[in-house]
Amino acid sequence: MKFGVVTFPGSNCDYDSYAAVRFILGEEVEFLWHKSEDLLGCDAVILPGGFAHGDYLRAGAIARFSPIMDKVVKYAHTGGVVIGICNGFQVLTESGLLPGALIRNDHLRFSCKFVHLRVENNESKFTSVCKKGEVLKIPIAHGEGNYYHFDEDISTLEDSGRVVFRYATPEGEVTDEANPNGSINNIAGITNEGGNVLGMMPHPERAVEDILGSSDGLRVFESLRACFGSSKKVVAS
Amino acid sequence: MAAAYKQPEVTPEMVKDHGISTEEYEKIKKILGREPNYTELGVFSVMWSEHCSYKNSIALLKTLPRDGENLLAKAGEENAGAVDIGDGLAVVFKIESHNHPSAVEPYQGAATGVGGILRDIFTMGARPIAALNSLRFGSPDDPHVRYLVDGVVRGIGDYGNSFGVPTVGGEVYFDEAYTGNPLINAMAVGIVKADQIASAVSSGVGNPLMMVGAKTGRDGIHGATFASEELTEASQEKRPSVQIGDPFTEKLLLEATLEIIRADLLVGIQDMGAAGLTCSSSEMSAKGESGVVINIDKVPVRETAMTPYEILLSESQERMLVCVKKGNEDKVTAIFDKWELDSTLVGHVTDDGLMTVKLNGEIVAQIPSNDLVLGGGAPIYKRETKRPDYLDELQKINLNDYALNRDWNETLLALLAAPNICHKGWVFDQYDSMVRTNTSVGPGSDAAILRLRKTDKALAMATDCNGRYCYTDPRAGAQLAVAESARNIVCSGGKPLAITNCLNFGNPYKPEIYFGFAEAVAGMGEACRVFNTPVTGGNVSFYNEDPERAVFPSPVIGMIGMIESLKHITTQWFKDEGDTVILLGENKDELGASEYLHTIYGLTKGPVPSLDLNFEKTLQDTLLGLIQSGVIKSAHDTTEGGLAVALAECCISDPDHKIGARIKLSDSIRTDCLLFGETVSRVIISCTPADSDMIASILNERKIPHQMIGTVGGRSLAINNLIDLPLERLTDTFFNAMPRFMDQTTSAG
Repeated sequence: MKFGVVTFPGSNCDYDSYAAVRFILGEEVEFLWHKSEDLLGCDAVILPGGFAHGDYLRAGAIARFSPIMDKVVKYAHTGGVVIGICNGFQVLTESGLLPGALIRNDHLRFSCKFVHLRVENNESKFTSVCKKGEVLKIPIAHGEGNYYHFDEDISTLEDSGRVVFRYATPEGEVTDEANPNGSINNIAGITNEGGNVLGMMPHPERAVEDILGSSDGLRVFESLRACFGSSKKVVAS
Repeated sequence: MAAAYKQPEVTPEMVKDHGISTEEYEKIKKILGREPNYTELGVFSVMWSEHCSYKNSIALLKTLPRDGENLLAKAGEENAGAVDIGDGLAVVFKIESHNHPSAVEPYQGAATGVGGILRDIFTMGARPIAALNSLRFGSPDDPHVRYLVDGVVRGIGDYGNSFGVPTVGGEVYFDEAYTGNPLINAMAVGIVKADQIASAVSSGVGNPLMMVGAKTGRDGIHGATFASEELTEASQEKRPSVQIGDPFTEKLLLEATLEIIRADLLVGIQDMGAAGLTCSSSEMSAKGESGVVINIDKVPVRETAMTPYEILLSESQERMLVCVKKGNEDKVTAIFDKWELDSTLVGHVTDDGLMTVKLNGEIVAQIPSNDLVLGGGAPIYKRETKRPDYLDELQKINLNDYALNRDWNETLLALLAAPNICHKGWVFDQYDSMVRTNTSVGPGSDAAILRLRKTDKALAMATDCNGRYCYTDPRAGAQLAVAESARNIVCSGGKPLAITNCLNFGNPYKPEIYFGFAEAVAGMGEACRVFNTPVTGGNVSFYNEDPERAVFPSPVIGMIGMIESLKHITTQWFKDEGDTVILLGENKDELGASEYLHTIYGLTKGPVPSLDLNFEKTLQDTLLGLIQSGVIKSAHDTTEGGLAVALAECCISDPDHKIGARIKLSDSIRTDCLLFGETVSRVIISCTPADSDMIASILNERKIPHQMIGTVGGRSLAINNLIDLPLERLTDTFFNAMPRFMDQTTSAG
């Protein structure tokens, strides 16, 4: 299986995603420069975290106009797998591939820490190796991760199982205290209608080795690989 | 066509306003063989400012130990120190102050402090892998102080987060001594292949000089001079002297800079920090024993009608001066174009030893480069010292004045909630501490630990300084700061390698201030020699005074250590039920200059903890050996708040796993000293009971006093019959104190 990691000017988790896929998951991976218009035959495209174009104007608002985004949007529309992590999630909502918006954290401060996510739907491509209700320890690092959408649209997301991850306590309870940014319904990650596009604020690529504090994030990448039928084993942890 | 540029006439008032003394002005005339013009006066004033020339400190700094094995760049040689760490790698690191800008404009002041220190690292070809900060503010009861804390923390966070460097640690102190003049010291650490370190040099006649990165504006003009005077009421008017940072541009500059260095297109490179183009061009040519011509009209500007004076002195951020190997200009430009940054040919290297500045072909300034720089013609002074009379009074204490019939539970809680002790998550949760996925131990343990990819090694790093100790006894205080930072590295499983320092003091022309400076430098040197940690550079910041007072002498130590195997990584918190707790070192009747006296009695008083450097070294070497042999499950030294606070931290500082302990202390010393005295050279370790005898025999062999003081386990911390507190109570107090005092309404002051 081949991954592509997009580098926008200002992306700063591009290398981390690359390293997680290549050195830990053990799959093929390429960097995709934002001005390129070629996805290089990648099976899954990762829009990484960071501050694309400085997050000026609004997070993701300029990045959606980078030439590669035309290709990414077309790829997603034909069922291609796209993952937006943190800033990448913001780019996905700005490009219209995912609904809703990421607004400023309710406490108005940047927040970086480990949080716990409850897997709400294990039938998605991104959670296929997880158990429903499984709790993953994965860090967040954002100032604008407060997921917002209109009530009726939230119901649509919820009813169709598109809320994949929810902020929860280590025991898996969804509480206000466990919500790090004010996201509606503690939403941490969602998919599009086709189930081929995932946006999540927490950083699974930062939780792929025990020495980094958790390897739970690897479950997201392993799920995807399982869907693509690759049988390579994890090389290291 | 631009009209011919007419320089304002130089008057005695103008010379004075530029901070140039009569003696210095005479020296300038002698160098030039004539009166300087306005532009040249500006150039001399910034280059000979305290900030750039170290004129009042360099003589003493040269007494510090600056040699050691594996040093690739020693103090003063390059923008930062570099140490060979094996595997073909070098660590590059440095700490710098941005105190005055942060005092008047906390957000931008702190942000550009981070930006400046990061450029010092990547201008050497190193990719920054970590940032740390050592911050000192007044009492948080003061709303203006809270405004400063809020702005500084946001500034550091926004810059580092966007740039993409993990901010992994440091310290935050509060004391009224820092009310009007906070100390904002930023440290950065980078990694480079040892054979690819770039140098800040220009040489080779005809080689082109290019300015790369951001355009030049009027921001920061005379920033270096502003840093070299005391803060007054009028200082708020100097807000335009504060630079404006753009972390996005810095991120692009990082990537482009590393690309041109790796492609071997350069002779040398230097960032434009203090004194901007003036400093970079004169220092690079002085180092290369060459001359330079700068065509000032070619410099890309972002404002109209900028004069040569303004362009030369601008401290606009995110710029570099590069000396290109002739013929590679187009390749440099192609890389900068890719990153959407300017790269402009502004001059070339000559062999006349002069910094010549031309405007439309006409010379507007011409000065021998070497006469401008530290180590060349910049003045060197050793100022008068006088031991302050207050020291004797400060060091006196009669312990019988302090009652022993206290509620020790309440006292421990009061200390855990004290601003200098409480958990600083409010601060460091605002920093991305994990980006680049090397952070093994982030903020909150004794030292931060970053693994080195593709090796089995890691780097430990810490900053330390107890200003209260340095105020009470500057020489011992500096020794204690070095000892503590080394202890923090060792407790984390590392061997201390080298230090960088940031020496924050008041006005050096005041003999009592200079006494503190001279004593601190002497103490630091003594300690660094014992720990075998050479000083690889850093920064001196004088004039840290507001109209009320000078700051405490604050020689901040930034130390790097090497962890030889990832298996050695050790954290401060207790791990497992039933583990044995052992205290290394002795408990003594010491209470002077403690957080206890400050929090409970409002006093900064009494002799600082006694320190035997050789014993400390033996203790650290022994502990490191034990850690490397794999028998130590946790290690934490005792610092502010003493043994009781350190034990509480061992129980609760792991966010995921809190565990109690039963402790029995049998020393017959005063209870306040036993619980809260800050006697140093003590470390709390835990191990499985099966290993405790072996550990004890090794400690006996090395003559390290120690005692088995208890067992890990339960849901509370109990110490003798003095303290018994549930973990929930300790946790709530320790973790929520800072949000409670910071989230009072923050005033715009």
